[in-house]
Amino acid sequence: MAILRNRLTSRAATRLCVVACISVAASVGNGQTKNSCLDCHAALPDPLGVTQEKFSQDIHAQKGLTCVSCHGGDQASDEPDKAMSTKAGWKGKIERKQIPQLCGSCHSDPVLIRQFNPSLRTDQLAQYNTSVHGKRLAAGDTKVAVCTDCHSVHDVRAPSDPRSTVNPVNVANTCARCHADPNYMTEYSIPTDQFAKYSGSVHQQALMVRGDLSAPTCPTCHGNHGAAPPGVDKVQNVCSNCHAFQDQMYEKSTHKKAFQEASLPGCVVCHGNHGITYPTDAKLGTGPDAVCMRCHTPGDKCDQARAGLQASLIRLEQAIQNADQALGLAERSGMEVSEARLAQDQARDSLTKARVTIHSFRTDLVDQDVQAGLRTAAQNLRAGQEAMVERNRRRAGLGVSLVAIGMVLVGLRQYLKKIEG
Amino acid sequence: MTTVNTRCPRERADMTTHQSFQPGNTRRQWIGALLGGGVLASLASFLYPVLRYLIPPVIPDLGGDEIVAAKLAELRPNSAKIFRFGSRPGLLIMNADSSYRALSATCTHLGCTVQYRSDLRQIWCACHNGIYDLNGRNISGPPPRPLDVFDVHSRGDEIVVSRKRDA
Amino acid sequence: MLAALRHWLDDRFDWDDLTAPLRHKSVPVHRLSYWYFLGGITLFLFGIQVATGILLLLYYRPGANDAFESVQYIMTRVRYGWLIRSIHSWSANLMIFTAFAHMFSVLFLKAYRKPRELTWVSGVVLLFLAMGFGFSGYLLPWNTLAFFATKVGTEITGQIPIVGKPMMIFLRGGEEVTGATLTRFFGFHVAVLPGLATVLLLVHLLLVQRLGISVPPKLEVRWTANPSAKHEMRFFPNFLLREIMAWYVALGVLGALAAIFPWNLGVKADPFVPAPAGIKPEWYFLFMFQTLKLIPSKVWFIDGEVLGVIGFGLVGLLWSLLPFFENDQPSSTKRWISGLGVFAIAYVAGMSVYGHLAK
Repeated sequence: MAILRNRLTSRAATRLCVVACISVAASVGNGQTKNSCLDCHAALPDPLGVTQEKFSQDIHAQKGLTCVSCHGGDQASDEPDKAMSTKAGWKGKIERKQIPQLCGSCHSDPVLIRQFNPSLRTDQLAQYNTSVHGKRLAAGDTKVAVCTDCHSVHDVRAPSDPRSTVNPVNVANTCARCHADPNYMTEYSIPTDQFAKYSGSVHQQALMVRGDLSAPTCPTCHGNHGAAPPGVDKVQNVCSNCHAFQDQMYEKSTHKKAFQEASLPGCVVCHGNHGITYPTDAKLGTGPDAVCMRCHTPGDKCDQARAGLQASLIRLEQAIQNADQALGLAERSGMEVSEARLAQDQARDSLTKARVTIHSFRTDLVDQDVQAGLRTAAQNLRAGQEAMVERNRRRAGLGVSLVAIGMVLVGLRQYLKKIEG
Repeated sequence: MTTVNTRCPRERADMTTHQSFQPGNTRRQWIGALLGGGVLASLASFLYPVLRYLIPPVIPDLGGDEIVAAKLAELRPNSAKIFRFGSRPGLLIMNADSSYRALSATCTHLGCTVQYRSDLRQIWCACHNGIYDLNGRNISGPPPRPLDVFDVHSRGDEIVVSRKRDA
Repeated sequence: MLAALRHWLDDRFDWDDLTAPLRHKSVPVHRLSYWYFLGGITLFLFGIQVATGILLLLYYRPGANDAFESVQYIMTRVRYGWLIRSIHSWSANLMIFTAFAHMFSVLFLKAYRKPRELTWVSGVVLLFLAMGFGFSGYLLPWNTLAFFATKVGTEITGQIPIVGKPMMIFLRGGEEVTGATLTRFFGFHVAVLPGLATVLLLVHLLLVQRLGISVPPKLEVRWTANPSAKHEMRFFPNFLLREIMAWYVALGVLGALAAIFPWNLGVKADPFVPAPAGIKPEWYFLFMFQTLKLIPSKVWFIDGEVLGVIGFGLVGLLWSLLPFFENDQPSSTKRWISGLGVFAIAYVAGMSVYGHLAK
């Protein structure tokens, strides 16, 4: 049985509250004991309305907490004066500035939370206080997000619930409620296009279209309770959590030192931060998607290296496509080339590897991977061509047998004519 | 279709009146050659493929059930090789204690081919830093499911990998 | 030398006496005689099936884990494996087509009349066996299309009232289509059906031998009135040589089909993958399949599919008993069977095309 505490009220009210709360907690499930708050407030219009249906979705309600757990008061009494009396500890609508402390009064207490979910973290409030939201709130800005803005209120769900506002699949929408609203954000000096950019990104595709829950969303890179941008020189650390190989390559490359000295945000320089799209070989080119030529001078050593890198990748991609075409032609002609098709996966793996090695910006390393891929693609192309040769051989063989059959048919006809003529 | 007599009267007449009636003789030879040659050729064209078919090919197996993944002395302890199993790649690892284990080499995240990291003694996917332990369990990174594990046993000097036998 | 061999055989087995009926066997010659070839062609194609089937047996491995890979092995590694397998698949389809054509030609030429009723019955059963061969053989490569076609086909069998469910379980080797189904179908395809078919084929051929080749009724009347108008051809060697020509043509067609349109492998069956859209059975089942799709889900109080299945069962039974409905009465009663034949062809062809084009 849980003993519920609410540290913000006076001692007498606390005791009363404890008695009331114990009697509430003694009953299993919601709605088993009297809850006069809901009896009235279910019928009230917004913003005072909270229905039983809504509240029953809340994880706190499911664990046995009720309105008085946060708002205080006497839920056994039907009279508004008694139910909502300060003597009974009633706090009314909690001020925004007080919300983090209120939630933290339970959620920062490991001993308490352990009784409900031993693996739940209890440092959210501490983290929040280091975040941009937390710091600004402390400085008096009540427009920033507090617990209830993200987690909702009266129908808080566990983050693992797909309907939760902070479930990975939904959380970007939650952040966007403020951060994508230019009117709301006018007095802040940050852009409001992050969500729009993210929505067109490869990470959003992975997460929300393919359902890959390991794909990053806002809190993955910014943190959730301690939300803050990682910092220009720490961007590489964040990306490297998933893109480890690229990080290894980049770490040893010339660009790392150069970007650091110029205080450039590492990976973001070429790939962007929110609107990260699938990197094509055009990034290495000279067209509108090109990134190298934003800094480098045309014709210099680096430009030549860039051209070499791009040419290598394009050559390998072309070789793979050619082999695919040859195999497709062979398949359509009825030849069986499944093994070569499988080997094409290896060639494509080499291309992927080469594209990762690009981050070392060393033509020799990239060439190693490209050459391996070219060898495999060449083998597969040969397999496709050999299949076509075999196909022609088959048709020649067929021709021979048809000629023999024709001879027999003509011969038999003549023979029949002879013995019957 | 025409009616049939046992012998063509014209031919009989020809044979008695003209001993060497050229067209008749040559015609018979023609027919004979055509028929004989044609039958032989056609039978050869039917029988040749059948006979070649009967001879077993050099590679005896393309089984999806079981495959020889390596020879006994091929791998060193704490190393691995990729082999083809059915239509997908597999990973054969020789542990430090010279025992073998085999798993599917297709990463369960986005399908890249995984590799064995002898320094970590773990299986690693280069694409997004996914890590599996030697039992195939996905322990770090994006992979959502473990790798399929195969049975390994040795047969003579061959290391044979087969799918797990449980129902 | 052949004469010496004949002598040797005759000394021991009275060979000449045995072969006498064969030597005297004759085939009527008339405007519609060409249709007589169809039976022989069907027999020849069956022979091809047996030969290529035995060859395939040397490399095929039944069993959900092995079957697909073994067929892939035959198609890619075994020398001329592609040829043997493609011929087997094409000849199967051709054989069923010629079997249908043979049946319809017998129907229109009225060769089923007394005394040839049992020849007809054995023939119809052989046709059903041929379709059974097709159904069981189709599953053996264990690819996705075959797996789901078998699922749907056996599901329909399960619709027959009372006996349907046990029949379905018997066919499937269980409640669902699994590796057990494959093993069972393999047994049907290489042992049970060949055994039955061989016996029935022998009966059918013996009956044809014994009863001789029939002649269309009008012609029969004319020839009885005027025996000199009768045209006949000896079976040996004249008709047989012509038959062999037809067989050679069939071989050429098979070779061309196998080389230019090799039978494809498909994708290995995976029971856990949802069925692809638009699963259809092989073409010779399409007309039944399409009919079942068109019947409304409830007719009266009877479930539509059940009605359809029972309907086809009844039609099959009555079809095999067709000769017994005709008697030597005025020609008006005789016409209705030909009319029925025309309707049947139109229905089968029409429904097959419809089924092929429908989504």
